[in-house]
Amino acid sequence: MVQVAITVNGKVRKAHIEPRTLLVHFLRENLNLTGTHVGCDTSQCGSCTVLIDGRSAKSCTLFAVQSDGSSVMTIEGLAPEGQLHAVQQGFWEEHGSQCGFCTPGMIMSAVNLLQDNPSPSEQQIRDGISGNFCRCTGYQHIVNAIQSAAKNGAREAR
Amino acid sequence: MATAIPVLPKLVGERVKRREDPRLIQGLGTYVDDLKVTGMLHLAFKRCDIAHGKITVIDTTAAAKMDGVEAVYTGADIAKVLGPMPIGTPFPSPPHHAVAVDTVRYAGEPVAVVVASDRYLARDAADAIVVSYDLLPAVVNLEEAMTGKPALIHADFANNLAVALVPSGTGVAADFSSIDNTAVDQAFAEAEVKISQRMVNHRLVPNAMEPRGVLAHWEPGKDTMTIWSSTQNPHILKTMIAAMNGLGQHQVRAIAPEVGGGFGAKINIYGEEYVCSVVSKKLGKPIKWIEDRSEAFVATTHGRDILGYIDVAARKDGKVLGLKMRLIADIGAYNMLLTAAIPTLTMLMANGTYDIPAIRTTLTEVFTNKTPTDAYRGAGRPEATYFLERAMDMLAVELKMDPAEVRRRNFIKSAQFPYQTQMGAVYDSGDYDKALDAALKAADWDALKAERDRMRKEGRLVGLGLAMYVEVCGLGPSSSLPTGGWEHGQVTIERDGRITATTGASPHGQGNETTFAQMLADQFSVPIEHITILHGDTGIVKQGIGTFGSRSQAVAGTALHLAGGKVKKKMAQFAAAMLEASEEDIVFENGMIGVKGAPASAKPFAAIAGYAYVPVPLPPGLEPGLSDEAFFEPANNTYPFGCHISMLEIDRETGEPKLLKMVAVDDAGNLINPLIVEGQIHGGLAQGIGQAMIEEAVYNEDGQLMTGSFMDYAMPRATDFPRFELSSTVTPTPSNPLGAKGVGEAGTLGSTPCIVSAAVDALSEFGVKHIDMMLRPEKLWRIINAVSSAPFVAQGGRS
Repeated sequence: MVQVAITVNGKVRKAHIEPRTLLVHFLRENLNLTGTHVGCDTSQCGSCTVLIDGRSAKSCTLFAVQSDGSSVMTIEGLAPEGQLHAVQQGFWEEHGSQCGFCTPGMIMSAVNLLQDNPSPSEQQIRDGISGNFCRCTGYQHIVNAIQSAAKNGAREAR
Repeated sequence: MATAIPVLPKLVGERVKRREDPRLIQGLGTYVDDLKVTGMLHLAFKRCDIAHGKITVIDTTAAAKMDGVEAVYTGADIAKVLGPMPIGTPFPSPPHHAVAVDTVRYAGEPVAVVVASDRYLARDAADAIVVSYDLLPAVVNLEEAMTGKPALIHADFANNLAVALVPSGTGVAADFSSIDNTAVDQAFAEAEVKISQRMVNHRLVPNAMEPRGVLAHWEPGKDTMTIWSSTQNPHILKTMIAAMNGLGQHQVRAIAPEVGGGFGAKINIYGEEYVCSVVSKKLGKPIKWIEDRSEAFVATTHGRDILGYIDVAARKDGKVLGLKMRLIADIGAYNMLLTAAIPTLTMLMANGTYDIPAIRTTLTEVFTNKTPTDAYRGAGRPEATYFLERAMDMLAVELKMDPAEVRRRNFIKSAQFPYQTQMGAVYDSGDYDKALDAALKAADWDALKAERDRMRKEGRLVGLGLAMYVEVCGLGPSSSLPTGGWEHGQVTIERDGRITATTGASPHGQGNETTFAQMLADQFSVPIEHITILHGDTGIVKQGIGTFGSRSQAVAGTALHLAGGKVKKKMAQFAAAMLEASEEDIVFENGMIGVKGAPASAKPFAAIAGYAYVPVPLPPGLEPGLSDEAFFEPANNTYPFGCHISMLEIDRETGEPKLLKMVAVDDAGNLINPLIVEGQIHGGLAQGIGQAMIEEAVYNEDGQLMTGSFMDYAMPRATDFPRFELSSTVTPTPSNPLGAKGVGEAGTLGSTPCIVSAAVDALSEFGVKHIDMMLRPEKLWRIINAVSSAPFVAQGGRS
């Protein structure tokens, strides 16, 4: 067992964990932050996407110990209590979510995309979320959601 | 009436934002893997890594000794408490154990079970089980399999035939007792033009983003089982779990919590669900199993995989005289719940949108050493559409006729509805000319053809495709489903005037919490915020069938509408008593209930509700309370239809296809929420295009799934699609009072053939008449460069 101290959604979380514990399992099992999902075991689907020190990362691809000392933001920490981030608002307005399983990871990728490029073209949006699979929507309403968020000025997430 | 009261907008037909979304976009949905029950143990399966063989030794000693391991069970252990799994179709079926007892028949079949205190430990222990096999030849090639070679998979099924040969169509007696081929033979004898083509509708992996998962909790002191599962139909799950555990249905509660997509692959009641339940019962502990993605690729049913030999007889003016479809389905190693029935839907829909005088279809279903198939979005109907529409396109090419025109000359005309087909269906309503015209207009067909020709002059390989479709939805009368084909709804007006409604549909992305609430808000004239739609829990939803076959709106929506009507009538009776008016004069308006023509008399909706629960005095003839239910049994299915058009370019250097344009006109009857409908169509298109262009489950000659992860199986990404161009026509169904037909699967039907037709059109200069999906660049490059196809792997394991 090893000790880690990871700042998650603004609070330092310390725990003794097996070294092989994946970051996503640390978030889900140890911290009960179940908004981050596991959709595959090969780092393709992006359902587990979180922000680590402000950059999007697939939390199933990292051991929790690799994030020791880092700051992790999950979907639960994206907006202050009772508020929605502009990207979340965009997903609601434009019907960007169906079954909802890919949605948190998709939103975190979109947040990262809009941080890098606040007014992306449609092609840039499609490229920007190409590391996230959605089986329900055919992506068009997700693209609309991100365009809507860009128009409404996605607030920078930290 | 007081002017301060805002007028409630009518919501049916409006683009209402989904009520499900606030929880989903904040990561607050609760899927099976998000659940924890005190004392919960984790279960993992040891799965075989060969396609066909006999288990000689299974050594669980090391696994059983590991710290944290509670129990290890072999197939023989499980068979003592769990019988072979039942299926839901009337066809003969070999015994199928949830955990293999002595023979394994597909790579990924479970051979042992481990229960441990932790998910990682369960996996470690499963890995520590050592199994030895005597290898048997893997049966992979479909047409070889049906001759019984290279091996027999099930002893009692000669030549590996699960279903030997079922005929259907013109001249076949309803009980199959006689077959008269005269009309079909005559059609082909009189033909001026004939089309004959072998076509493969290949195997796909459904890949809902949430893998399956189960949490079973037997409570010994109560003698009850609660089972949470990522399923499309918790009521069927409850029925089956009770039966397989020797329990009454009153002892089982099945819950589908948030479910992350299904696409047909979560209809089946799986061995993993049974195993978790019997193990929980045995150990008296909550048992959780969560499927890995790699596991899902082999353990969750696959879709499609039908070979078709298609023949069309026609006159030179384009009129089709006869159609033959010889269908051979590769169903994998076992029959699952609906496996055998899926290809029968291909037969049922063989004539599509056309009035074809003579049709003969035959169906043979074949066992192979592969993951079993079952429903996948469209389930039998995309296969029919693909075979028929490709053949119609080949006819158009042969006759040098516009693909729209050849179709138009064969349409069932709008005056012919209801239309009894040669295949036994009664199409409810339709206007195929209207849908075709709308699509040609939306695509600007003539201009698009000119654009294609202009691009070709630049040396580019550009093609157009067009396909019509009609599907059978709103499943269905009870005669068509072993579970019954009705749906259930209950509406309760609470004491405070808020409305709680339950539905037997079990949505997992379809948005019924929104669409059903829109309906009830209009029916009662109350704010949508005052309505909650509950679903997916047999402890709350009294009865139900579930969500599949594009049935939620047409069948479950109608059940709720009818239940609402009953409650509304009773509420009007209470209002009439309170307002001293006659029931016929009571009106529901803007959250108020009053007397027609006397708005000042109106009482708040909540006041009438309160009166119904404290009825002093109780009006004569009325019971207290406001709650009622309805079962809706549709008299017929619904038959949505449409037309899809695509433009596709193939890179002359690399063979890479690129979809340039996708136009879809869909007619799903009356729409409750066009925003949600568009989302459904987009998703269907993506899966239909995915099949045509990039997705394919490929087995090698040893029966190993070569595309067993997202690294190898091409899941469509956002970059794979252009912006879809949608429009609709509206032809209501007479099958239900809402006029709604269903739309969940529509997108998968027209898109697939129209894209393949576009690819064939793009490569027309090379004389190609048909290309089997998917449109792998290498395959197209070989056509462009006149190089023969690569052998085994490029053909995806088929002959």
